[in-house]
Amino acid sequence: MATVLDAGEIGRALKRIAHEIIEHNHGLENVVLLGIPTRGAFLGERIADFLSEIAGPVPVGTLDITLHRDDLRLRPPRPLLPTNIPMGGIEGKDVVLVDDVLFSGRTIRAALDALGEIGRPRTVQLAVLVDRGHRELPIRADYVGKNIPTSSTESVRVHLSEIDGSDSVEIMAGA
Amino acid sequence: MEKHLLSINDLSASEAIQILNTASELSKISDGPMKKLPTLRGRTVVNLFFEDSTRTRISFESAAKRLSADVINFSAKGSSVSKGESLKDTAQTLQAMGADAVVIRHGASGAAQRLADSGWISASVINAGDGTHEHPTQALLDAYTIRSKFPDLKDNFNGLKVAIVGDILHSRVARSNVLLLSKLGAKITLVAPPTLIPVGVTDWDVDVSYDLDSAILNADVVMMLRIQSERMAASFFPSEREYSRGYGLDLARLNSLKDSTIVMHPGPMNRGLEISAESADSHKSVVLAQVSNGVLVRMAVLYQLLGGAALTGEVGA
Repeated sequence: MATVLDAGEIGRALKRIAHEIIEHNHGLENVVLLGIPTRGAFLGERIADFLSEIAGPVPVGTLDITLHRDDLRLRPPRPLLPTNIPMGGIEGKDVVLVDDVLFSGRTIRAALDALGEIGRPRTVQLAVLVDRGHRELPIRADYVGKNIPTSSTESVRVHLSEIDGSDSVEIMAGA
Repeated sequence: MEKHLLSINDLSASEAIQILNTASELSKISDGPMKKLPTLRGRTVVNLFFEDSTRTRISFESAAKRLSADVINFSAKGSSVSKGESLKDTAQTLQAMGADAVVIRHGASGAAQRLADSGWISASVINAGDGTHEHPTQALLDAYTIRSKFPDLKDNFNGLKVAIVGDILHSRVARSNVLLLSKLGAKITLVAPPTLIPVGVTDWDVDVSYDLDSAILNADVVMMLRIQSERMAASFFPSEREYSRGYGLDLARLNSLKDSTIVMHPGPMNRGLEISAESADSHKSVVLAQVSNGVLVRMAVLYQLLGGAALTGEVGA
């Protein structure tokens, strides 16, 4: 097990992502952040906090993708997690999806489907704390905290103080 | 959760709460324009109705369709059942057609259990009312409706006082509600004339009252039941007028309720018999909320039963 990001590095990465979001969108007027539960939701909140320090408040919500997953039949039914779309919705907005780890890309595909049910954003962008490669779909992130080359048998664990007690990103050897 | 939903006894309190929580999340997704979710695409749900029903069948159909399942509606009238086909042959026909879930309503108590235990079919069986036995999804949607009106209730219903009034004897809705609400911690009082209280009621975790006026004074929830004339072979009360005077929820009784109390009815209502038109249409009445919540709760049940892989043999991530 190796720690690849500590609490300070996670904080700096999220702050940099916040700056990049402002730069890329020329401000925040039309931006909506949507975190993908569980950990993406906390990361979304943290980026929103940085954004409001730097440039002002931004609508932030959560988007559960469980019902749109393509692997539902491979696992026992899983509980639904909260979806909270901010007031004002996503119609015509620049939506930034936030997740912890970008891996196969299937979660993001499901998130795009889930978004489509809710409305038609002007653009959809993706922010992730860790991009570990091994994509199975043509999906890429616009904002990346850290690119971490991994082997497909390794697993990447993101710990966040909100639910795990402390902040860190670790790589575990595969079974 | 088990493969079937035949009785509230198939669920633990935490599984029941899990279904209510799933329904709450579904309600947030369903706000605004009508959404169709891809979750059960390619699955087939058969509505097998041997008894008449409006809201339960439509509710299950709409729940299944909103999850993108294919729905086959089967009612005994106009089918080969009226030519004398047995439940077994009907079930095997459905099996051959590849049903993933069978929602069954039948006039005989235990019909759903029979279908599930028989080995005739491999589908999940959901009891949508069997005789005078149980109607578990109705109890779940009632619990969901109660929880949405009393936001303090989260993982249990401790301290909630519920009066269930009327034809307890013939009511599968009452049976399922007694099981579920007492499992969740509510305090239940059954109110009915002695002739409409079942013999075995002493074994239930409830109080019994024959006096509606005193029983509803402190109730948080007043659940009126339909007088089921179709199941009444004998006369259980002298006249409808007399029943209505003793056990109907009229305007005077409605006004005696606490401000926060809600009035429920599983439908269809006999207006003027067990519930007056003023009570049915008052702001305390949540009858229509019960109907719309029914779709969400049935979506949650279908998701829990069909949404994942078979429960045995977990597949790794």
